[in-house]
Amino acid sequence: MNIHEFQAKEILKRFGVAVPRGVVASTPEEAKAAAVELGGGVCVVKAQIHAGGRGKGGGVKLVKNAEEAAEKARDMLGKNLVTHQTGPEGRQVRRVLVEQGLTIQRELYLAMVLDRAQSRVTVICSSEGGVEIEEVAAKHPEKILKESIDPVIGLAPFQCRRLAFALSIPAELAAKTVSVMQGLYRAFDECDASLAEINPLIITKEGQVMALDAKMNFDSNAFFRQKDIVALRDLTEEDPREVEASKYDLSYISLDGNIACMVNGAGLAMATMDIIKLCGGEPANFLDVGGGANKEKVAQAFKILLADQRVCGVLINIFGGIMRCDVLAQGVVDAARELNVSVPLVVRMQGTNVEIGRKILADSGLTIISTETMAEAAEKIVKAVKT
Amino acid sequence: MSILVNKKTHVLTQGITGATGQFHTKACKEYGTEMVAGVTPGKGGTSFEDIPIFDTVERAVKETGANATVIYVPPPFAADAILEAADAGIPLIICITEGVPVRDMVKVKRYLAGRSSQLLGPNCPGTITPGECKIGIMPGHIHKPGTIGVVSRSGTLTYEAVDQLTRLNMGQSTCVGIGGDPVHGFEFVDVLALFNNDPGTEAVVMIGEIGGSAEEEAAAWIKINMKKPVVGFIAGQTAPPGKRMGHAGAIISGGKGTASEKIAAMKAAGIHMASSPATIGRTMQEALGK
Repeated sequence: MNIHEFQAKEILKRFGVAVPRGVVASTPEEAKAAAVELGGGVCVVKAQIHAGGRGKGGGVKLVKNAEEAAEKARDMLGKNLVTHQTGPEGRQVRRVLVEQGLTIQRELYLAMVLDRAQSRVTVICSSEGGVEIEEVAAKHPEKILKESIDPVIGLAPFQCRRLAFALSIPAELAAKTVSVMQGLYRAFDECDASLAEINPLIITKEGQVMALDAKMNFDSNAFFRQKDIVALRDLTEEDPREVEASKYDLSYISLDGNIACMVNGAGLAMATMDIIKLCGGEPANFLDVGGGANKEKVAQAFKILLADQRVCGVLINIFGGIMRCDVLAQGVVDAARELNVSVPLVVRMQGTNVEIGRKILADSGLTIISTETMAEAAEKIVKAVKT
Repeated sequence: MSILVNKKTHVLTQGITGATGQFHTKACKEYGTEMVAGVTPGKGGTSFEDIPIFDTVERAVKETGANATVIYVPPPFAADAILEAADAGIPLIICITEGVPVRDMVKVKRYLAGRSSQLLGPNCPGTITPGECKIGIMPGHIHKPGTIGVVSRSGTLTYEAVDQLTRLNMGQSTCVGIGGDPVHGFEFVDVLALFNNDPGTEAVVMIGEIGGSAEEEAAAWIKINMKKPVVGFIAGQTAPPGKRMGHAGAIISGGKGTASEKIAAMKAAGIHMASSPATIGRTMQEALGK
């Protein structure tokens, strides 16, 4: 789950990480008032969307006064901002963050992320702030510094000092830097984050060490114990079908094609998308109905798939272990009838109660192509959609 | 032969009284697995299908000598269940639960370091030695005893591969699901090493997916150490970057963890790659020169 820059900064502030003074605005008038609150002089207007690259895309503007702040806010609000991370349609800007102007002396990079190979959270920092870290990693790997964090100890001060001195942070700012790093780790840990990134972490002329930008993503497995974080979710930034699917505990990701698929199990679901493509078709989505799916869940899944107007055919691939083929078949038949499905439907089932399941499909009176193997199923749906 | 479990494995079920725990304990028992105990705090003294239930893992182990445990406990409590099993010294801990927070698993791995317990999962289907012992949620009837080892991050995709192997008369020595989470117990390399040393395994099927670098690490290990043919498949060639594809660990992050990188690394290590999920069985046939 993503959140906006202003929300990430609010979280960091709570954990003792210095952030610029800023006010969120939803209208040009609010932006003007915000600029006045910040002193009426130089400030920055920043579009708030769940995507990076806003600066290059024209979503970050330095202004001289409150009037200009309102003007820039008017330019941004209600319009789609296109960045290299949003795709060509861009994202609608609903809010801007108006922030105090600062004199930046240095830009660094600081982030916390899980290192899967070590099963540890890692601090990553670099003297190359304000740029794409992946490019730095590719061209100058020696400029990426890391510290692995022992979950029992947390991020130790000596580790922070080691990084600060390696970054040539002046001695008088070392303590502040250590404090920022530890604050970022505590925020990451206590909020069950999957990523906490400050790019750039700036040193100002006045000797402040603060987060000029902030990005946080969260571990959805921890939502049951992070209600405050979940409350920050911005549904307008998410695909409506994905939002709908999550209500029914269905794992759904929208893709670009026209062949919808419904599968039990994430690995098999990915493999089903893959085989559709191998047969010359284009998958419209990823959908894992999960192991315990019942008739209702199957019907809900069907509805979500068919809500996608681009869909010209549906492939259902189920390997029944816990999930019984007869339960699936009944769910498919009931849903297909209720929704008056008119696109080609190919169903491939294997596993528990498969014969009973196939009989239910055959006796339904509906036009359902039933196959035994995955390869056959993919070939048939691709063919059916092309004709 | 088997690499993790066999006829003599005595299995404890943690979370035995929940619906999932009940269903699968029954199914494993029917398969022939020695299900000797269950643990649900507060339900000690009762029983399920003639299996005695205890309040604590410590007591269950003391009274029944269980040497493996399978965990069906819900996500908020699953990590604690793993810790309890490790503290009781159970050699093999299998956690089926999907949805355990990453932060909890980071702590669990720290706790397990230096202890004698080995962890499989979480978010995995378990492990089966066909004909001897089934611990987990896989459908027993598609498996057949044989000499092909199977190791996978997936559940149902593994069943697909196993089904293909069985239909081609290539039975399985042991099937191991390492699970779909980013922080977990047994890695590919750990299981491959066991298969490498198992006289009952003549070849291995390795099923991976996008996210992380476990397949690349496995490929590097295989190139140097593996004495037996390996067939591989990577799911997610069509997955878009940055999206979690069901499994918490199935995500392409910062350009890393793509299917094509994994496939290239595995090919370079001499692994026979199936280009389609439908040809995993056939690829093994070809690899064995059949």
